[in-house]
Amino acid sequence: MDLKTLTYLVVGATFALYIGIAIWSRAATTGEFYVAGKGVHPIANGMATGADWMSAASFLSMAGLIAFLGYGGSVYLMGWTGGYVLLAMLLAPYLRKYGKFTVPEFIGDRYYSSAARVVAVVCLIFISFVYVAGQMRGVGIVFSRFMEVSIETGLVVGMGIVFIYAVLGGMKGITYTQVAQYVVLITAYIVPAVFISFQLTGNPIPPLGLGSTVAGTDQYLLERLNQIVTDLGFAAYTEGGKSTIDIFAITAALMVGTAGLPHVIVRFFTVPSVRDARSSAGWALLFIALLYLCAPAVGAMARYNLTSTVQTGPVGAAESNLVYADRPEWMQRWEQTGLLKFQDKNGDGRIQYYNDARMDPARAQQLGWQGNELTVDRDILVLANPEIARLPNWVIALVAAGGIAAALSTAAGLLLVISSAISHDLMKSTFARGITERQELLAGRIAAGVAILIAGYLGYNPPGFVAEVVAFAFGLAASSLFPAIMMGIFSVRVNREGAIAGMLSGLIFTLGYIIYFKGIFIEPLAKNVAENWLFGISPEGIGFVGMILNFVVAIAVSRATAAPPQEVQDLVAFIRSPRGAQAAMEH
Amino acid sequence: MEGADTEARSRAYWRANVRTVLFCLAIWFVASYGAGILLVEPLNAIQIGGFPLGFWFAQQGSILVFLVLIAFYAWRMNRLDREYDVHEP
Repeated sequence: MDLKTLTYLVVGATFALYIGIAIWSRAATTGEFYVAGKGVHPIANGMATGADWMSAASFLSMAGLIAFLGYGGSVYLMGWTGGYVLLAMLLAPYLRKYGKFTVPEFIGDRYYSSAARVVAVVCLIFISFVYVAGQMRGVGIVFSRFMEVSIETGLVVGMGIVFIYAVLGGMKGITYTQVAQYVVLITAYIVPAVFISFQLTGNPIPPLGLGSTVAGTDQYLLERLNQIVTDLGFAAYTEGGKSTIDIFAITAALMVGTAGLPHVIVRFFTVPSVRDARSSAGWALLFIALLYLCAPAVGAMARYNLTSTVQTGPVGAAESNLVYADRPEWMQRWEQTGLLKFQDKNGDGRIQYYNDARMDPARAQQLGWQGNELTVDRDILVLANPEIARLPNWVIALVAAGGIAAALSTAAGLLLVISSAISHDLMKSTFARGITERQELLAGRIAAGVAILIAGYLGYNPPGFVAEVVAFAFGLAASSLFPAIMMGIFSVRVNREGAIAGMLSGLIFTLGYIIYFKGIFIEPLAKNVAENWLFGISPEGIGFVGMILNFVVAIAVSRATAAPPQEVQDLVAFIRSPRGAQAAMEH
Repeated sequence: MEGADTEARSRAYWRANVRTVLFCLAIWFVASYGAGILLVEPLNAIQIGGFPLGFWFAQQGSILVFLVLIAFYAWRMNRLDREYDVHEP
């Protein structure tokens, strides 16, 4: 069977599965629509959280980023997992005890203020739309590459599927679909990783393969990789490119941002008890770690395979460079997409792939090299990996289905928090208090439908800055939502004035810093280089400073103003003690 | 005097909770920011199998430590819940 037919079959089968689950688990009440009736088993919730969390960025882009950044890619590995420790210990159990439906609802109740609630809704909607646009784009790309349809067709199919199960099923439908999507995406990630690790090192377990010797030699993989890439003028794979303070700040911003992302937090509203919320965070991290422990191996091995395909022997000997006409089939296929490019600068018919900015010019001249001739888009590595390793077609079809599952599951989770923020926080609780539960449910479904259309539009016609701002969704979550929620639990004294002042200063500072260097809507005001940065922290890591600012301002302003009213102090006492979580869902 | 008793107990429970969290977060910090970032260069001088140690902490070790921490936290908190009689039925 050819690859295209096989891909259609595998992807079609997964779609049928998702829709079947949606019909079986459709939501009938607002409780089911927002929080799946709070009846999700902690292990199922852990899997759903894994799929919710691991987006097109984790599945498609992360290993490619690590491959090209080496040690520098660690910020994503630590940042996107370490946040679960914060979530498990500082937020999840208490928010479950609180027992209502949404993150802005908690902020509004704890700070006894509709203004605080609306600020939280604005942060939530902004963060989620930025994020969802990237997911829809990911769906379109996977479709166009593997199913040979246009990006638009891919987008429309993806939107249709999400529409069916998110609008019909609400949180309940999404939860059980995400469980299925987790299984699809983790299988699709691990199977090729196991094959490649085994081929390259003889060890089938990828995280161990990374520390093994290259098959047939007694040299360690990482040692050999360091040697090859430094010979070609690149930085050593296991050493860093960025400054220590920047790596520190980016890791911190990603960790705290992860813990502050509303679509992740809300998953912990769906389990039956406080005890389950704690264990479910552990299950979620375990399911996430299965991918995150393979990713560094996939990245290093892809870099090794790519480099040694082009540079087949020691640097310097002419016959060590791949003859362009003899290039493997996968290179030809990706050249057609424009994501892989070759330009024969010295006219020798061979590919020279090296870092022309760092290699000694005298040496390059002596070799007759006139500049790097190969450019590779790092996003293609995970998709191309099975082809590079010559794996069977069914593995490639599986990877396509996995990429789509990763993007759809995250998109659905985001669309649901957007729709519940609109129907529950803005309408039912603030601007249209009189509506009945049925009307609220209908409003939620309409809001989800409209959000899908906007997401599709953003995916089809991405504003130039979408790719730039996705990482900043984390910065904004870190500097606005996380500190407000955490202080709401761990401090009795932080009050309405403090929380609003803190959220706004964190948000405005972070957004301002990003716009200053990256120029969203306007031209950047300063060049985005380390010399200009505050404390040497890049815009990617500035959310960490924004978070500290939020804490400091909130505490200072709260000290200068009156303590929260007694019923709010009682609420804090209530959420700190696990007993009574089941009863809490009645009110 | 039952009310005062309950209050003292829930205060003690909260202190034990915060101590547990601080203990876990100290390890969380040392494994990731410590071994994986601040001390990565000296640790890279130590080679374990095919891994420079600092690089290993940054890309694998820290994630494994996070997993153990959450498991420990959940176990410890469930025990504290029962000890202070605030557990769920």
